[in-house]
Amino acid sequence: MKIDRRSFLSFVIGGAAGTALTPLPWKLTDDMSIWSQMWPWTPVPAKGEVTVVKSACTLCPGGCGISVRKVDNRVVKIEGLEGHPVNDGGLCTLGLAGHQLLYGPRRIKTPLKKVNGRFVAVSWEDALAEVSEKLAELRTKGETHTVACISASDRGTVAELLERFLRVYGSRNFIRMPSSQDAAEVALYLTQGVRAMPGFDVQRSDFVLSFGSGLLDGWGSPVYLFNAHSQWRDSGGKLVQIEPRLSRTAAKADQWVPINPGTEGALALGIAGEIIKESLYDENFVNKHSSGFQEWKQLVLGGFSPEIVSKVTGVPASVITDLARGFARAKRPLATFGRGKGTSPGSLKEVLAVHFLNALVGNLGQEGGFWAVPEPEYIEWPELEMDQTASIGTQQGRIDGAGSNIYTHARYLANRLPEALLADPGYQPLQVLFISEANPAYSLPGTAAFKDAIAKIPMKVSFSSYLDETAELADLVLPNHIYLERYEDIPAPFGYPQPIISLARPVTEPQLNTMHTGDVVIQLAKALGGSISEAFPWDSYEDCLEQTLGDKWDSLMEEGYWVDSEFESPQLSEAFETASEKFEFNNREISALGNYSLVKPDGDEAFFPLVLIPFDTMRLWSGYVGSPPFLVKSVGDTLLQKNDVLVEINSATAASLGLKDGRAAVLTTPKGNAPVKVRVSEGIMPGLVALPRGLGHTANDRFLAEKGVNYNRLAGPVEDGATGHDAAWGIRARLTKA
Amino acid sequence: MSTVDEQARAASEKDEGHVPEGVEEKKQDGSSATIILFFILGFIASLVVGWVVFPKLLYSSKPQPVAFNHLMHNDLVDEGCESCHFFREDGSYSGVPSLDQCIDCHEEVQGESEAEEYFVTEYVQKGREVPWLVYSRQPPCVFFPHTAHVLKAGMDCVTCHGDIGESESLRPYQQNRISRYSRDIWGHNIAGIARNSWDRMKMDDCAACHRRENVNQNSVQTEKGGCFVCHK
Repeated sequence: MKIDRRSFLSFVIGGAAGTALTPLPWKLTDDMSIWSQMWPWTPVPAKGEVTVVKSACTLCPGGCGISVRKVDNRVVKIEGLEGHPVNDGGLCTLGLAGHQLLYGPRRIKTPLKKVNGRFVAVSWEDALAEVSEKLAELRTKGETHTVACISASDRGTVAELLERFLRVYGSRNFIRMPSSQDAAEVALYLTQGVRAMPGFDVQRSDFVLSFGSGLLDGWGSPVYLFNAHSQWRDSGGKLVQIEPRLSRTAAKADQWVPINPGTEGALALGIAGEIIKESLYDENFVNKHSSGFQEWKQLVLGGFSPEIVSKVTGVPASVITDLARGFARAKRPLATFGRGKGTSPGSLKEVLAVHFLNALVGNLGQEGGFWAVPEPEYIEWPELEMDQTASIGTQQGRIDGAGSNIYTHARYLANRLPEALLADPGYQPLQVLFISEANPAYSLPGTAAFKDAIAKIPMKVSFSSYLDETAELADLVLPNHIYLERYEDIPAPFGYPQPIISLARPVTEPQLNTMHTGDVVIQLAKALGGSISEAFPWDSYEDCLEQTLGDKWDSLMEEGYWVDSEFESPQLSEAFETASEKFEFNNREISALGNYSLVKPDGDEAFFPLVLIPFDTMRLWSGYVGSPPFLVKSVGDTLLQKNDVLVEINSATAASLGLKDGRAAVLTTPKGNAPVKVRVSEGIMPGLVALPRGLGHTANDRFLAEKGVNYNRLAGPVEDGATGHDAAWGIRARLTKA
Repeated sequence: MSTVDEQARAASEKDEGHVPEGVEEKKQDGSSATIILFFILGFIASLVVGWVVFPKLLYSSKPQPVAFNHLMHNDLVDEGCESCHFFREDGSYSGVPSLDQCIDCHEEVQGESEAEEYFVTEYVQKGREVPWLVYSRQPPCVFFPHTAHVLKAGMDCVTCHGDIGESESLRPYQQNRISRYSRDIWGHNIAGIARNSWDRMKMDDCAACHRRENVNQNSVQTEKGGCFVCHK
């Protein structure tokens, strides 16, 4: 038998015939087709028991209730809580992406200490000991006033624990991050004599006159505003948006009134003048419940005729008259202030001008009007007993000068920190700085000055959960649990017209080696001993919160929120706590502020012919929490192309500069310059450049960092002569071909 | 001029010209026997490969992490399979029991079996979930609700899972190396022949039952069952 080529072929043919009679080819075909669909990186939803936890969102000051769906112990979906008075089942994009912050890569895993410029992990015990030793040392030296704290909010138990700690330790330097609440508080105090939060009953109003408020771009409590916008469709409510750029809010408004930026206050006074001239104001309110009207009337009629105002604002005189008539004749008119998301205080005189419109139509405390919302009085802790060291320390002025003779009205002036810290190069007025739930190195206008100013503070302690720009500069990081891992009370959000408390509660176990900032404060107090320890008679933050909330605890645990159902606006005869017991259009303090004047943007017009203004969008967040990856993905290519931000300019501006749509350019302001791309749009007034807030992070994770330009790096504060707050609304700029 | 073919033929005739006629015939006979032999060899070899070797190569085999006796547990509980494999309040199916359920009885070592001791020390005391290998796990692209089948259609466990409830030990888990499916999905017979309703769980088997029971047989696209009934 000879084996040759033929026998081999025959073997193969036999094999092929045999194979056809086995399942091999058919099975392999089937398996391979399945293989081609089963990639290991395809995400597969986890299986397990589904549970839902009611909690509250703290990512923005909106105070929404959330319902968090978990599979076993993993958070898979965050939705709005049905029936919650603020958001009633709705939720914004940031809230929806919250679980990316829980599991994402930007979190700090353990306490960190900076050694030779680099962070090393330390134990909680060592980290807390280091802080308490430093604090004890400063107390022995009698330098307690050199300790300060920057916090996003001054409301709720965590902020109040921090403030209480500073006070009993011997420092008054608790500093709240700036927002339009600053100017609003002063306006309410000066005109109504009350310490309260401004409340806007937007949902029930039928004519909202918005002076640049990004009502649908994240102002106040965003989802509450979205719901209001939907309700206007049915109720026939009207929105007039006054701002220089066609924002989302302007696009969805019934009328967009483009205006020269920074002149909104003049327009408000112009409208007021027309209302007075045509006797369209609420005579009952003005005559019976107000004082100082005549002086104010003369000021308005004298200097703010439609013609003059038209020249200043760029709004035609006829439009001013129409707005005045429309506003005053509406059943439930309401004027709002606070530009964009309301992250900047703005000028007090401007806020007053808008607030007077509300008074003029008598909507104070009325349905669909402006409300002074008192703080829910649930935080009633034992009176502080301060020892001598603390008394001496608290007699020292505040580092930011708020409340001093110069800045009588201001409570907090974070914008003045760089100036105060850099005033005397030979002296360091702060030894320890705590930073809680705030990212000032990113979000305070003039970031470079702020970074320089805090660089020399020997101990900067950040409580941030994320490695953000400020945490990167810290000497110690004591990471807080994120909101899905902790208890926290959330008082009524800015602008919400009712006292309400929501409760954030742990949805899941802490994922990393973090500690609640409330617990950190209590432990530091215990370590310092004496009167400081006695001021914190709680075992833990949870213990403190439960005791503080008292009989509200059970209903908060069950419902997720508590509303003061008995709250109603006081009778007008009892609503005002001013000297006259009336609403005061003018009084000694208001006239001492001087007449209304425009806030000029920083920079020399000859060198910087354009004006840079920031704008806000729901897709980007510019506060403590940076946008999670889902949000960054949702930013369109009209804002961000790869890592390049697009600045908006009018076609007339583009033509004068010789720039075309999509071209690269360099944006220069007195504070610095940045590479940008140009987007030509008719939705912005000529002479302006608009840059979105929320981009240009240098820290956080790779999904957010190094994308676009941070507005606050190019901008700086402009001090409001009346209060000391930052009144800037923009900065002079130049745009040149790259 | 001769063509290339003619040249080739001439060359071949020249080569074979000196071979005697008879010898060549003989060689052809022997050669055809060889050819047939090789055909049969190839045929048989491929049958062996296809039916015996291939299934052994295609599937990997892994023992379950803990030895488990269904029969014994079944005798001790009141509600049959649903005592451990229960429906949650929201109607979802709990699947393989979690450690929490086992701990009710197994907090301490019971009896003297080695497997029991291993289970308690390695999993219960360390608080680790047992990584059970699920024979009947459908791939992620399939939405299979137990509720619809058991609670609504009233099917019993045996129809799909066979008599695993009567088993005294757990057989090794076999996984297809290419598709990564459990072997139970295609079935243990490599030809895919199913004798019992639980022998195979491929899409055709689902579809056959859905057709028989007239479950959503009204898809516009397929004119049969709708894809979205199972593939969400």
